[in-house]
Amino acid sequence: MAEPLLKVENLQAWYGESHILHGMDIEVREGEVVTLLGRNGAGKTTTLRAIMGLVGRRSGSVRFEGQELVAARSDRIARAGIALCPEERGIFASLDVTENLMLPPKVREGGMELEAIYALFPNLKERARSPGTKLSGGEQQMLAIARILRTGAKLLMLDEPTEGLAPVIVQQIGRTIREIKARGFTVLLVEQNFRFAQTVADRHYVVEHGRVVDAVSNAELAGAMDRLHDYLGV
Amino acid sequence: MLEELLFQIELGLPQIVLGLVNGAFYALLSLGLAVIFGMLNVINFAHGAQFMMGAFVAWMLLNWVGIGYWPALVLSPLIVGAFGVLIEKTMISRLYKLDHLYGLLLTFGLALIIEGIFRNQFGSSGLPYAPPEALGGPPVDLGFMFLPKYRLWVVVAALGMSLATWLVIEKTRLGAYLRAATENAALVQAFGVNVPRMVTLTYAAGVGLAAFAGVLAAPIYSVNPQMGSSLIIVVFAVVVIGGMGSILGSVVTGFGLGLVEGLTKVFYPEASSTVIFVIMAIVLLARPAGLFGRA
Repeated sequence: MAEPLLKVENLQAWYGESHILHGMDIEVREGEVVTLLGRNGAGKTTTLRAIMGLVGRRSGSVRFEGQELVAARSDRIARAGIALCPEERGIFASLDVTENLMLPPKVREGGMELEAIYALFPNLKERARSPGTKLSGGEQQMLAIARILRTGAKLLMLDEPTEGLAPVIVQQIGRTIREIKARGFTVLLVEQNFRFAQTVADRHYVVEHGRVVDAVSNAELAGAMDRLHDYLGV
Repeated sequence: MLEELLFQIELGLPQIVLGLVNGAFYALLSLGLAVIFGMLNVINFAHGAQFMMGAFVAWMLLNWVGIGYWPALVLSPLIVGAFGVLIEKTMISRLYKLDHLYGLLLTFGLALIIEGIFRNQFGSSGLPYAPPEALGGPPVDLGFMFLPKYRLWVVVAALGMSLATWLVIEKTRLGAYLRAATENAALVQAFGVNVPRMVTLTYAAGVGLAAFAGVLAAPIYSVNPQMGSSLIIVVFAVVVIGGMGSILGSVVTGFGLGLVEGLTKVFYPEASSTVIFVIMAIVLLARPAGLFGRA
């Protein structure tokens, strides 16, 4: 079997003196949507940030397309083809919508064209000249996702894209994730809401105390509800 | 009463124009400081010394290599900017994770060292630097005064450079990177931008602006090691009034305060050297982030 697009082994990460990840092991194959489920503080966001090179110190292995990235700087990781849509969305207040959208440089061929992005997110075209932070929460989330679609990155890491959004916007984000999967992108998604996750994902990892404690395919999810309720405390 | 006022204004117009020339230097220097502070969060106290280096490099190019004013206007900022790269790479870059105060102390120390070296080498009496031939000759008749062509050029050059800097920052892709990195450098780097290199080049650009102002100043003030330190304190007041890190604030406040200084020379000359600091105190009390700064 071909090597997965992303293979994370024994990933440990620290913020200052705090040891947050205690040996994460995950694999994401090309074209898959994989979620990291878990309670607040379990280490899901830190996993994405550690893969992206945004934590103070890390060890273990992060292999992307066979290339070891655990010691690389975040700009090199981005140029290798990984993009992050952060939890706080990271929309820049001093840039308008178009500037925000065009900010990340193209890292390789294969990104979506601007017209296709506007077709997917028509609001962004209408509000092209508005300052990024004047958009609604849902529009900001769309902008944060749209921004990494045109770079050509193969693996998109989305950190809680539905957090704090109205149900109708959550549905729209779900449609967007299915659309980008259909276009061949690979997605690693952090979610607390597994009801949303099951509508978009192929597989799920459950994270607790900075390590993976369970892995469930979407097909097995219905039978694993009790376990998930225990893990997630819902 | 009105006639007296008009008479005084007419007498004072030359002072106001000269205030504009001073304002050109305030604007250029505070612009460089704003660019550096916005991106690096470092209060570059060596800015006055780098301004002085700009003037000295122009003098050296002329007297040691025979390169005149116009090429020096380009070469000197490049040479002093390269010195800035060296300083940033070897020293300032180690301080980014610490409090602003460390950057200020380091650059203050550097300013003293640079100034000391130049004083030791060239003395403190000052060296002459003639304006270029094209800007010599008879002064321009403005109707109410004769203004040397060179001073007019200084205002035009400072305005042109300020506009160019503003355009780069507000209207180009590089400027978008700079603005975004000012807000969240880690995220910009995670998009694939080499932020450490951008930071180094931003410092070099800010230093280059100081050196550009230094070359402009060389024919007006004599080229001497103290020329930066006497100006930099006023420039810091300008930066505080405009708002730390604000590009537009630096330029408008720089020229504006030059004018205010000129006006004060007309109406209350005794206060002309302190008026900027009085305004600074009032602005700090009423609007601590500065007139154009974001709180």
